[in-house]
Amino acid sequence: MTTSLQPVLDGAALRADFPLLARTVRGGKRLVYLDSGATSQKPQVVLDAERTFYEQHNAAVHRGAHQLAEEATDAFEAARARVGAFIGAPAGEVVFTKNATEAINLVAYSLSTPGWADRRALRAGDRVVVTEMEHHANLVPWQEACRRTGAELAWLGLDGDGRLDLTALEQVVTPATKVVALSAQSNVTGVQPDLAPVLARARAVGALVLLDACQSVPHGPVDVGGLDVDFLAFSGHKMCGPLGVGVLWGRGELLAAMPPFLTGGSMIETVTMAASTYAAPPQRFEAGTQMAAQAVGLAAACDYLDGLGMAAIAEHEAALTAYTLAGLAGLTGVRVIGPTDTVGRGGAVSFVVEGIHPHDVGQVLDDRGVAVRVGHHCAWPLTRHFGVPATTRASLYLYNDAADIDALVDGVAAAQRYFGAA
Amino acid sequence: MQLDEMYQEIILDHYRRPHHAGLRDPFDVQVHHVNPTCGDEVTLRVRLAGTAPQWSVEDVSYDGQGCSISQASTSVMSDLVIGRPLDEALRVGEDFLTLVSSRGEVDPDEDRLGDGVAFAGVARYPARVKCALLGWMAFRDAAAQAAAGGEQG
Repeated sequence: MTTSLQPVLDGAALRADFPLLARTVRGGKRLVYLDSGATSQKPQVVLDAERTFYEQHNAAVHRGAHQLAEEATDAFEAARARVGAFIGAPAGEVVFTKNATEAINLVAYSLSTPGWADRRALRAGDRVVVTEMEHHANLVPWQEACRRTGAELAWLGLDGDGRLDLTALEQVVTPATKVVALSAQSNVTGVQPDLAPVLARARAVGALVLLDACQSVPHGPVDVGGLDVDFLAFSGHKMCGPLGVGVLWGRGELLAAMPPFLTGGSMIETVTMAASTYAAPPQRFEAGTQMAAQAVGLAAACDYLDGLGMAAIAEHEAALTAYTLAGLAGLTGVRVIGPTDTVGRGGAVSFVVEGIHPHDVGQVLDDRGVAVRVGHHCAWPLTRHFGVPATTRASLYLYNDAADIDALVDGVAAAQRYFGAA
Repeated sequence: MQLDEMYQEIILDHYRRPHHAGLRDPFDVQVHHVNPTCGDEVTLRVRLAGTAPQWSVEDVSYDGQGCSISQASTSVMSDLVIGRPLDEALRVGEDFLTLVSSRGEVDPDEDRLGDGVAFAGVARYPARVKCALLGWMAFRDAAAQAAAGGEQG
């Protein structure tokens, strides 16, 4: 390939930070991990942080008065402050959830709580607006919230490149709109929608805005102070953190007004046999024993990422994305699903190979040690928009380098040879 | 090469030239099955002959989109069930399920499974087992509905 690559980070050197990336797969082949959009690998410092928590401080947080309980609670709350700092938010506005899906469900359920007397409550006749590029996690919870309340679901469509079609923005985001929920970056096409006009319109009609930041927070600088949104949801495991922890950031005054989603231990103020009152946020939204070790691991991931620099990570992935697009463009019969340029897009590159089903492409790649995702990537309406049943997706991260992309492109060419499609 | 264990020539032949493909009349029941993890889908029709409980499978026709494994498996399934007594066809389906769920631990019986034995390699790839079962599950569903409908009628 002739495209020049200006690597910002030394992906090969960074791989040494990630124990799993040293292993081989499928009979001794070098692992080429291009599925970070599904979940990222974890650096040693994150694994160490989790292990240290269990070895030194393990106790249930926010209950008990013994020393371990104090230490565990301190570690959990310090993690909350660290994760908040990572996105420019005060600790009190950071709610830990089990994943981003739960974070979005929390908002969708809370806003649709029956009997919640608040102007922001979702009711029959209101409207919720999403987009056609949403992951199922930012679509299905809103379908269900609408079904429960009688609100109406509407959505912004996409253009041929998979970018948001804003021509009907004012017709879709009507004055009845209470919530606009959209992704900061598509997990399939990598499209980073132009948020400004959507946010301006949402503000003009008084709608709350939830940003699904699962594919943006891990890959570049995000500062909620500079984003005119009300909620931000993201997962820990896609940003070098452990599985089992996600984050909901919400504006303080909103969280303070919202009813709880999951209920039970820890989230209460007083409980009698007949009724309960609830704790202030963020505890109001954290029922049951919390995933303290994972939160501590996520804080370590924030340290790791900030150590590299989120701007540097974004630049690194932009260069690799350009290299990937150029490499795939060199293959006859390969069509990229989404923008073929690097403007307004991140490092998820989906494609279809003429005459070969994505499952079969993925199988040939897997046989060569290249791990990609195949299918509809939990964004079925988006793949339908492009008129394909499924795609093959390579998603990049800080530990990838040009050699990984060469392995991908060589592997796709090998699949074409294997199935006689080129 | 491990890949060749999965993509046996028999499978690729069925994929390129599927048997009994296309939707045909007459039929008793039509079903639509999808594999929600990958979006593969098949529309399948079954026509039974005879009377309960001595049904036989007169025809199976189908249309679908999917990977080589799901398409080839549906083609092989149609070969194995058309013209057979229904209870026997369903038992062959059970044997196929056992084979592809075995992680490679079961030696297939070629007399019984015909070209289905080629899917023994798929059993080593758990992520692809659902692909191999898509057409079979659609057949089982459609045949059960057709038989139940016949009893009621």
